Amino acid sequence: MRMTAKSATLLALVILIALAPVFFPSGFYYRVGALVFVNALAVIGIVILTGWAGQVSLGHAGFAGIGAYACALAPVHWGIHPALAVLLGAAISAVLAWLVGRPILRLKGYYLGVASLGMGILIAMVLNNERWLTRGPDGIEVPELGLRAVLKDAGLDLSNGQFWYFFCGIVLILGAWLALNLRDSATGRALRALHGSEVAARTVGMDVARLKLHAFVISAVYASISGSLLALQNKFITPDVAGFMHSVEMVTMAVLGGVGSVAGAIFGAAVLTLLPQLLTIFAEYEQLVLGLVMVLVMIFLREGVVPSILRKIRGSGE
Amino acid sequence: MSELLQFLLSGVTVGAVYALVALGFTIIYNASDVVNFAQGEFVMLGGMITVMTYLAGAPLPLAALVAVVATAALGVAMNKLAIEPARGAPVVSLVIITIGVSIFIRGAAQLVFGKQIHTFPAFSGDDPIRIMGATILPQSLWVIAGSVAVFIGLWLFFTRTLLGRAVLATSNNRLAAQLVGINTPFVMTLSFAMSAGIGALAGVLVTPITMTSYDVGLAFALKGFAAAMLGGMGNPKGALVGGFLLGVLEGLTAGYISSQYKDAAAFIVILAVLFFMPQGLFGSKSTDRV
Repeated sequence: MRMTAKSATLLALVILIALAPVFFPSGFYYRVGALVFVNALAVIGIVILTGWAGQVSLGHAGFAGIGAYACALAPVHWGIHPALAVLLGAAISAVLAWLVGRPILRLKGYYLGVASLGMGILIAMVLNNERWLTRGPDGIEVPELGLRAVLKDAGLDLSNGQFWYFFCGIVLILGAWLALNLRDSATGRALRALHGSEVAARTVGMDVARLKLHAFVISAVYASISGSLLALQNKFITPDVAGFMHSVEMVTMAVLGGVGSVAGAIFGAAVLTLLPQLLTIFAEYEQLVLGLVMVLVMIFLREGVVPSILRKIRGSGE
Repeated sequence: MSELLQFLLSGVTVGAVYALVALGFTIIYNASDVVNFAQGEFVMLGGMITVMTYLAGAPLPLAALVAVVATAALGVAMNKLAIEPARGAPVVSLVIITIGVSIFIRGAAQLVFGKQIHTFPAFSGDDPIRIMGATILPQSLWVIAGSVAVFIGLWLFFTRTLLGRAVLATSNNRLAAQLVGINTPFVMTLSFAMSAGIGALAGVLVTPITMTSYDVGLAFALKGFAAAMLGGMGNPKGALVGGFLLGVLEGLTAGYISSQYKDAAAFIVILAVLFFMPQGLFGSKSTDRV
């Protein structure tokens, strides 16, 4: 029996997440791994928005900021459990995405990129300036999720790094599974059709603006949950999470891996999360190298690394 | 009254800089549909190269000229090395390339120029000029005059010269322009040179007021972009008006509302424009043929 691309991607992901720790030389790598998964989750959202619906967002970090600060603020101010705060952040992000997206996505072209850029920067500005609430640019501590203690009582004793590695890994698998299901659903097919030709999609009766709006809201939820997980595992968060550079990073990760592919999203997130870790020795050259990688990939591997390689393999196999 | 005038004057000064950056955006956007996020780095380079050349002993006007020419050359190199090889790629890819170039330039500037804040003396001294109870720096007049002069120069170029019309023709329809014998690759090169040169000029003019460091480019790029959007992307007159309008709005926000949120003005304007008049103030409605 031939395996579908969907189950192949998911199986590879599960095996990768389960087996990678065997090769970890130290506990530090669990942390890096968890960071890769958190970024990959946000990038899957970008794949849905950019790869399938053909819209660009330059402010997705704003949603990550909302998710992160929901976990920092809601438990302290309203006594909400951090796990519920994740959902609260996701709900706020979804509503905001809907409000911003509704008027914008009726327009043709790259206006969403511009609007989201403005929105993202405004969110970052509020997080930086409203010191009474967010404590400003120095950041704020985030309460403990508490799940690790529950697992410990149940007899599963994981180190902090191990816990977050597997927890984020499981959330990533769930996120990838949902995205791949969406891709093959009627909505997903419609999204990809409108990416192909908006006019053609409209003539066969698709509500183009509504479909794009759905994609934007869904991708905002991915970014928000990614921000929440980042805040919860670091137990500390600064407004940088909502900054413009973080938005650019997300888009770059998606484009690097291959913007239409979930596997590519995870690959792109892995490369761009690991690269700065490797470059700490050359910290001075980090920006130089990052910029160069972005330009070179866009010129020489236009579809992104993963689809380009897959095409090579298929091409030589036949 | 004098308070309002003061806020307006400082607003017009920054507005003139935004107008120059927005004009740079407009030129490249018209020639290639690309929003060039490295535009802000040209401003940074203009200021930085002037500082370095001046410190090396060159007189200030020569240092400024060196900066503008060197940055224009870098703009041409950017087009040849990063944009032209990717011709035919989707606009998203091209925009990401320009973001990559801007990060690259920032990284290189940090290595070459260091992380310190630099400045050089104002062109005509630092004695403020009094106007009806408000004051303005002589350098601000230089900035305002510079942006108006660049706009007039561009207007003459685009309406009165054959080359300028060739650029307009290329932006209208690339293929048709090629068919009537316009050298479109040269038009691209020229657009990047002009755009980078104008950005550098903005950096030269404003550095004595705001000072410069390797990381000032991003803010200029975002504000200039907001100004270009406000005026209507691709319209030089819109860029000029959008720039001044944005600067004044920012000045008034800083004066009457909150200096912390003065940067918010630009982005609230972007959102408002998109919600209520997506073509900008001077943009024209366009339709595509299927």
